[in-house]
Formats: sequence, C-alpha cells, structure tokens
Amino acid sequence: MPIQYYIYLALTLFTIGIIGVLTRRNAIIIFMCIELMLNAVNLLLVAFSKMHNGIALVTNKDSMVGIDAQLFVFFIMVVAAAEVSVGLAIIVMMYRNTHSIDVNFLNRLKN
Amino acid sequence: MGITQSLFWFLSVLALVAALMVLLSKNPVHSVLWLIVVFFAISGHYILLNAQFLAIVNLIVYAGAIMVLFLFVIMLMNPNTETEPRKNFLVQIAGIVAGGCLLTVFISLVKQASEMNNKTALLKTGNIGLIGNLGKALFSDFVVPFEISSVLFLSAMVGAVVIGKKN
Repeated sequence: MPIQYYIYLALTLFTIGIIGVLTRRNAIIIFMCIELMLNAVNLLLVAFSKMHNGIALVTNKDSMVGIDAQLFVFFIMVVAAAEVSVGLAIIVMMYRNTHSIDVNFLNRLKN
Repeated sequence: MGITQSLFWFLSVLALVAALMVLLSKNPVHSVLWLIVVFFAISGHYILLNAQFLAIVNLIVYAGAIMVLFLFVIMLMNPNTETEPRKNFLVQIAGIVAGGCLLTVFISLVKQASEMNNKTALLKTGNIGLIGNLGKALFSDFVVPFEISSVLFLSAMVGAVVIGKKN
C-alpha cells in the first residue's frame, strides 16, 4: 500500500482531533480528541517503520531496521496511559469544585 | 482489488467516520463508544501492517483500560446533555476553518515531497512487529527508558491519588 495513503489517513485523523479541541467545550471530549491525535501519530509511526523495513529487506534478508519506531509507539502508549490517569483526576477535581466540566469556567484562573 | 486493499479501505473509512462521530455526538458516552470503534479500526491497521504486538497492546491499553476509565469518570459526573453549553457558532466555524487550513497545508506538503514517491508500506509480511523481536530490542537497547517508565507510572499513580482524594 503506498505510504501516501497512510499519511493522508493519519493527517485526517489528526485534523479531526484538532477541530474537536477547538470547537468543543466539554473537557472530557477535548481529552478524547487528544487521544485521537496520539493514535494518528502512532499509526503514522508504524506505517513509516514498515516502509523503512521494506526498503532494508531488499538488501538484507533478516533486517531489523524500523523496530525502534514500533518501540517508540509502545512508549507513547505508556506515557498516554499515565497522562490519562492524571488528566482524568484533574477533571474530577475540577468538577468537584465548579460542578461543571466546561473549560470556559477555567478562565477564572486569569484573575 | 485484493482482500488486503479492501480491508485497508474499509478500516480507513471506519476510522474516519467513527472519529467524526466522536465530535458530532452530543452524549459523551456515545463519544466514548465511537472512540472505541476508532481504536479497533487502528488496531486492524496494525494487524494489516503485521505489527501484532502493538495491535494487542492498543486494544488492551486503549480500548480496554483507558476507555473504561473515561466511562467511569463520565458516569461519576452524570452530566446532563441538554444543558451542555456549546461554543458559539462563529467560534465553531473558525475552528473548522483553522483545521481545514492545517489539513490543506499538510496535504500540499506531502504531495510535494518527492522522496515519498513509489514508497510502499509493507503489508502482511516482515517480522519486526512480532513480540519476540520487539522484546529482544526492548530489553537490550531500550531497557533504561523501559525502567524509567515504571517510575513515571508510579509518579502518575501517586499524582492521581493526591489530586483525586477529597480533602
């Protein structure tokens, strides 16, 4: 499959995530859109790793080029799991204080 | 068009439609369910690319653990969807236009990049995605980041408990 198709798919998913962050006010939906963007990047990393692996396999039969990209995706997932736990705790605390998950309530920080 | 191509297009369309439905659905619970569909489609893409370990980890970590966490938080708050405030119309249009401009710039960039021409992502073959090879690399070259990530998890756990506990 041409690499361009994967790039277009990942870019579209990433842009949908960005539009979600820009247009919604619900903090949980914004958080989910951030997860969507992370997954788009993960998909692109795996596609590129397979692309480089395919190029290297032509000369060397059992080449391991591109394995670090897949490990990078693994570490992105690890960091995303940690980020979600802390972020959801922050959202719960915010709901407990303001009884709302509207991000516009957070503009009181500026005073 | 072979079965691999058909699967690629099916999974791509499924991922895009489900991602749009995440934004368009009013109820946050429906958004979570659509996001799980996106993760399943992306896991299907990983299997198509023969990255089997990442496909399983994606399903277990994202669709299993993280989305259940989201569902729990939403049910804990029980937000009523009728009173959920929307951004005003102008801001929504501005957000969509900004995202569209970004997408246009990205696509024109990819179209110009001549080093991407005639490159293909290897489907269904190659053994770098298998768990044996990934495990060997993870515990030889990447063992220090792997151990540091356990410290990261510990600090995230402590942080979540400290932030979330009632005072």
